[in-house]
Amino acid sequence: MNANCQRCNKARATVHVTNVLAKGEIRDLHLCEDCAEKEGVIIKQNQQTTNAILQEFIKQKTATGRLDDLACPKCGTTFREFQAKGLLGCPSDYEAFRSILQPLLERAHGGGTHHVGKVPLAADLTVRRQTGLLRLRRELQEALEQENYERAARVRDQIRSLDVQ
Amino acid sequence: MSLNDLIRTTGEWLRGDGPMNDVVVSSRIRLARNLADRPFLSTADSSARTEIYRTIVDEVLSGSCNGQSVLIDVEKADSLDRDVLVERHLISRQHSSGEGSRGVVFTPQETLSLMINEEDHLRMQTLRCGLQLRSAWEEVSHVDDTLGEQLSFAFDRQLGFLTACPTNVGTGIRVSVMVHLPALKMTKEIERVARAARDMRLAVRGLYGEGTEAIGDLYQISNQTTLGVAEEDVIEALGDRTIPKIVEYEQLARESLARARPQHLDDRVWRAYGTLCHARRISNDETLALLSPIRMGIHLGRFQEFDGHLLNELFLNSQPAHLQKLHGRALTEEEQCVVRADYLRTRLCAG
Repeated sequence: MNANCQRCNKARATVHVTNVLAKGEIRDLHLCEDCAEKEGVIIKQNQQTTNAILQEFIKQKTATGRLDDLACPKCGTTFREFQAKGLLGCPSDYEAFRSILQPLLERAHGGGTHHVGKVPLAADLTVRRQTGLLRLRRELQEALEQENYERAARVRDQIRSLDVQ
Repeated sequence: MSLNDLIRTTGEWLRGDGPMNDVVVSSRIRLARNLADRPFLSTADSSARTEIYRTIVDEVLSGSCNGQSVLIDVEKADSLDRDVLVERHLISRQHSSGEGSRGVVFTPQETLSLMINEEDHLRMQTLRCGLQLRSAWEEVSHVDDTLGEQLSFAFDRQLGFLTACPTNVGTGIRVSVMVHLPALKMTKEIERVARAARDMRLAVRGLYGEGTEAIGDLYQISNQTTLGVAEEDVIEALGDRTIPKIVEYEQLARESLARARPQHLDDRVWRAYGTLCHARRISNDETLALLSPIRMGIHLGRFQEFDGHLLNELFLNSQPAHLQKLHGRALTEEEQCVVRADYLRTRLCAG
């Protein structure tokens, strides 16, 4: 089919659309690519993805200039490098750039600021260990206050064994 | 098991079965993880990179989740083999074209694949045909638990799993459903569906993910939010609400096309079949575009020359890397067009 576009009547129609109207009636539409895009027939691939939000945000932040010197003490990645690549250098960057990343994360994740999903089993252990340590230290304090040295020694050993794990 | 064995089947994502398979081709869930106390890959030098690769590969292969898993060293694999893995959705384009120590481990059924040193140290992915997000989630979450017992993943109380790109931080989850929407495309409603999906913070992409075109009326719909939403909630929103709604719209559009002008619909299907049976040279894009109305015709019961299984075989084997692999040597693009047409004619009209 070599018909011209039904909208502009200039360019060759390369997009052919079959429309089902309300009463089940069908209408064909032949458009050139430009008009099809204007009509919203062709899906534009340039929708704003989270990556686009990220790039835009970093550009704005860096334009203010105050982030130039910011670097992660662990891996040395600077905020400028993050700007160029869109990728962080190591897990500690999240801590080093926390204050700047916070609003970006909120925007990229639709207002989300705190993780509410799965927690690794290993992290659970750490948390359990930390809570356990807190409890044992309180027990040790109590034992010492009561001058119960036998119990204090037992608790101290328990603390030591948790500490080295 | 080698790649040559692999290409004799269509793998999981094109098996053609599963719930809502008239519209939903496949379901996929991936989790992004990184080792704690190691640099992300953008700053890891080659020895750190290799060490990360070794650590993860050793753990994966020694673990319990690997019976007869296949390990492919993507760094050493030739480009044709890498492209075969991309076409089978076992690795991403980015992983194929990356640099340095990297690889993939997958199960022979191709339902689970673990990309090592892609953008993150580890990306675990489960694939299912049709809409089967829950079973995909159960498997990937189990693998995550198993590997997480030995490998310590970078995790923060507030931010969750820490990823190289802040857009994945939190759960590190991407739930992605591949849908075939030819009727919505024909009736122009596809744009409205895409806009509604975007309003729900979902991404709509083409066949091979980020930045690829929607060839053959296939669209990937996936979540973008990974922080502040639990994995189960993402899966429930997509699997129980959004995707079934899109499936319903597509089914209604197909029915009204078939009711209002059946000859028009059949003409599209049969012209496509005619071209596939008689072309002397044909591009991959044209093949995928022609297979689209036939796929719809099969599901509407209006086309019985062959079934969905053969259709999926044609779909996969027409793609450049599979075509060349089956032909036994590398081909120029022009040669591919001729070999593809020969393959289609033989496969469709031999009987």
